[in-house]
Amino acid sequence: MSLLASGTGEALSFPILTALVLVPLIGAIATLFTTARRPEITKMVALFSSVVTGGMSLWLLASFETGDAGFQFVSKHEWIQSWGIGWHLGVDGISLFLVVLTGVLFPLAIVGCDPHHDEKPYLAWILMLEAGVMGSFLSLDLVLFFLFFEIVLVPMYFLIGRWGYDQRVYAATKFFLYTMVGSAFMLVGIVTTALLASDQLGGVTFDLVEIAEGANFAASTGRWLFFAFAIAFAVKVPLFPLHTWLPDAHTQAPTAGSVILAGVLLKLGTYGLVRFGVYLFPEAAVWSRELFLTLAVIGILWGAIAATMQTDLKRLVAYSSVAHLGFIVLGTFAFTTEAISGGVMQMVNHGVSTGALFLLVGMIYERRHTRAIAELKGLQKVAPIFAAAFMVVMLSSIGVPGLNGFVGEFLVLIGSFSTARWWVVIGTVGVILAALYLLWAYQRVFHGEPDEANSSFRELRLREGAVLLPFIGLIVFCGLYPKPMLDRIEPSVKVLLERVEERTGFQTSTGDHSHGDMHGDSDDESHGESHDESDNEKGEG
Amino acid sequence: MPPIDYPAIDWLAVSPMIVVLVGALVLLVVGSLTRMWPRSLYALVTVAVVVPAVILEMVLWNRVGHEGPVSIVDDALSIDRLTLFAWIGITVAVGLVALSTSEYLRREELDGPETYAMYLAAAIGAMVMASANDFVVMFLGLETLSIALYVLAASHRRRAESQESGLKYFVLGGFASAFFLYGIALLYGSTGTTNLSGMGEFLRGQVFLDGDDAMLLAGLALLLVGLGFKIAAVPFHFWTPDVYQGAPTPTTSFMASIGKFAAFAAMLRVLLVALPTRADDWRPVVWVMAIASVVIGSILAVAQTDVKRMLAYSSISHAGFILIGVEAAGHSGDTAGLPSALLYLMLYSVLVVGTFTVISLVSRTGDGRTDLASFRGLSKERPALALAMTVFLFAQAGMPVTSGFIAKFGVIKAAADNQSYAVAIVAMVASVIAAVLYLRIMISMWLSDAETGDETREKVAVPFTSAIVILAAVIFTIVAGVFPGWLIDASRDALAVVR
Repeated sequence: MSLLASGTGEALSFPILTALVLVPLIGAIATLFTTARRPEITKMVALFSSVVTGGMSLWLLASFETGDAGFQFVSKHEWIQSWGIGWHLGVDGISLFLVVLTGVLFPLAIVGCDPHHDEKPYLAWILMLEAGVMGSFLSLDLVLFFLFFEIVLVPMYFLIGRWGYDQRVYAATKFFLYTMVGSAFMLVGIVTTALLASDQLGGVTFDLVEIAEGANFAASTGRWLFFAFAIAFAVKVPLFPLHTWLPDAHTQAPTAGSVILAGVLLKLGTYGLVRFGVYLFPEAAVWSRELFLTLAVIGILWGAIAATMQTDLKRLVAYSSVAHLGFIVLGTFAFTTEAISGGVMQMVNHGVSTGALFLLVGMIYERRHTRAIAELKGLQKVAPIFAAAFMVVMLSSIGVPGLNGFVGEFLVLIGSFSTARWWVVIGTVGVILAALYLLWAYQRVFHGEPDEANSSFRELRLREGAVLLPFIGLIVFCGLYPKPMLDRIEPSVKVLLERVEERTGFQTSTGDHSHGDMHGDSDDESHGESHDESDNEKGEG
Repeated sequence: MPPIDYPAIDWLAVSPMIVVLVGALVLLVVGSLTRMWPRSLYALVTVAVVVPAVILEMVLWNRVGHEGPVSIVDDALSIDRLTLFAWIGITVAVGLVALSTSEYLRREELDGPETYAMYLAAAIGAMVMASANDFVVMFLGLETLSIALYVLAASHRRRAESQESGLKYFVLGGFASAFFLYGIALLYGSTGTTNLSGMGEFLRGQVFLDGDDAMLLAGLALLLVGLGFKIAAVPFHFWTPDVYQGAPTPTTSFMASIGKFAAFAAMLRVLLVALPTRADDWRPVVWVMAIASVVIGSILAVAQTDVKRMLAYSSISHAGFILIGVEAAGHSGDTAGLPSALLYLMLYSVLVVGTFTVISLVSRTGDGRTDLASFRGLSKERPALALAMTVFLFAQAGMPVTSGFIAKFGVIKAAADNQSYAVAIVAMVASVIAAVLYLRIMISMWLSDAETGDETREKVAVPFTSAIVILAAVIFTIVAGVFPGWLIDASRDALAVVR
């Protein structure tokens, strides 16, 4: 896989991570300077910069050193020296696929969705959003991360508020304020973390790696700090009692907004929990795991049940996100290699399948100007290809073996079984519920005889098909052959868990082997497993 | 009769004030003797006065760096980097406000030299206040600033609100000055000196037994009332919304930037030079004022429908943030509080001038249209103006990549440095509440549909001079948000004050 694996040397000469953040930003500014009379040029500029970003992210994937657990392509510069804030970017197995997902999703969202009015600012905001999301996934400096994490709100606010549906202003404001409350705590947490660590590090620095490696927090302190971070991420995920902004924001956002929101923005929360919560404060994370496991399982069930009750197709998908992200949190706080790797995979897979679902729902809305399930009927008869595409995406979201949704969920459940047995037992019900609400929705929308309003439903167009094709390709590929993905994710997860084990004594590995120099062993073992799985899936699919 | 012993004067050190003073006199005298000057000339002359003042301040900044801080004119004024930091902020803000006033006065048919002369006179007061090392001198500065501001607030002759604003400010400001003065008297009574450094020295060598310090504490309390009024901190904030709303918009921006800068610089000097030994007494008071200001300012701001009132309350909440820095500075051995407060002041001043300049344009002829509805559709009518306002509002909300984030970050860091985590969290949560008000303005600008009657409204004009001010403020807001290192270092240099 590593044909271009001479990567690191090249990366030093070309700061690819910095470019990943700056190219969309420059694109956004360039978009603003194009003339309003030639909208196609504006769109070309926007598309070009997002495609370049996507291409760079793929290049990053190709030249990523498989098996190397540390941060790669690191770009580290002084920034605000007097406060110890640096421009520190890096990518490891945990963030790699989220970066690639971001890179791939944005061009598709730009091509696949039409804002209908004010295209120029719309594209500029989308590109700014891309820069912010990229930066969040790549930052290895606490303040830098906060900066990107927070700045993402602004474009999203305007995307929902200006190009959304009827309740857009309410939804946008709610989204903005909810997230900002979380960030308020996180900022205080970040500052305090760095200041408390400075005694042990001999100087104030906000560098994630330096703090994590060099500083040890007293248990009680670490717990406070952990919760300051966790609130921000819990809002973003969103974790159970803090999830109420999500259905509103998703439903009211324009299609591209929903795709991006579900695809990558929510992942900032789960990613943040892994990268900042668990990595910085392993003791506190282990200490509070039961709380998070419980909230995750409540979220799984709550999201699923609420989704079942929805009459609005988009809201249904939105609630399904709450459930799916519950699985990711469940996996994260199970603290086994399989569970966290599964969680990371699920982040990507959920981004792909839910992103595609939102695209499809958006297409239905474009044609019928309604999202009410009751008003849609018998679409399969008039648009069979559309229905087939919807079917594949939906099955992936349900987690049918052979498609990508299965791999992540299955790994999470199986990996969590040893350390969080009863939560898994209850959480698994969510898998069944997912089949219930999605199949039921499919049945109501696509089966039966189309009535008059639905009989003129247009078949999938070429452009729409071209946008959906990469999604479906990814759905099938990751479902049948997840090994290359797992190979890159697992080493970083292992290192993270070793750290957790070392700091807390929590038994993270399922088997009987104690930690120490068993890396080689466990490596082989898990690779074997993933082989088996993919084989199984091939058989089933 | 013995000859009077005149103090030696370090002319270079007072030269910025002299430049501003000469400018004020020239504008006043020549302006009143000549016919109306050509368009914008008054403002340009004001800027021409301010520029050399800023240059001289830079020279002094450099000199203080080499030779250390000095106290001049018989210890009446301190020339240290705290002073110069405030001076630079004040003079730059005066220049910006003057430029933004130019077309405003034309539009309101109030053009004339007196407003600019008042600006410069107020600036001298502010500069004296920021540099005073003697309570009597500080009081002189305070009064010079205040009297000019009373007049400025009432200077829109045809608007009743402006008259009301001036009168309210005058009556309440008079009270506050009285408190301040009485505080000085009591402090003098208990220490035997009005000199700040002298008082600090005296108190360091003084041991108070039970209740001996009642007079000192009473003086301190009264002083805090007077200063709290000037910085508009809760519970001395009641004048702010009315005065801010009624005063001509450029004057409001003058009060919110220069007025705050001077008062906070004076407050820092009083508390850190004269009364550092009593920090345990004043810190809790400042703590309460800070918390109350951020919380009450933010909450009440959200409840307003008039943008000027909103920003008045938000300025109260910003004052609370700065007070957090002041509180932090009161901890022994602290090195983060004073710089963070100064940095906040510098960044906020530019921000607030930019914001109010936009408002002065949107308020349209008559300066009355400052309700939320007048911002409706601004993004369609004047997209660039709406974008600039958006930058200012996000900066005030503390969004990253703007100066507002750096300002808040510095203060929060200073608080956390002294284990004041509760303050930090309360302030950050309050800033989320305040974000509602900034969002409301943005909703009005960007997300509200036009309503009937909107098309017959007067169009928002963006004159050149105001555009320059807005552009400069936007650039500063973003540049200081992305590359704040130089400002942080400069504010840190201000730690070496004359003691």
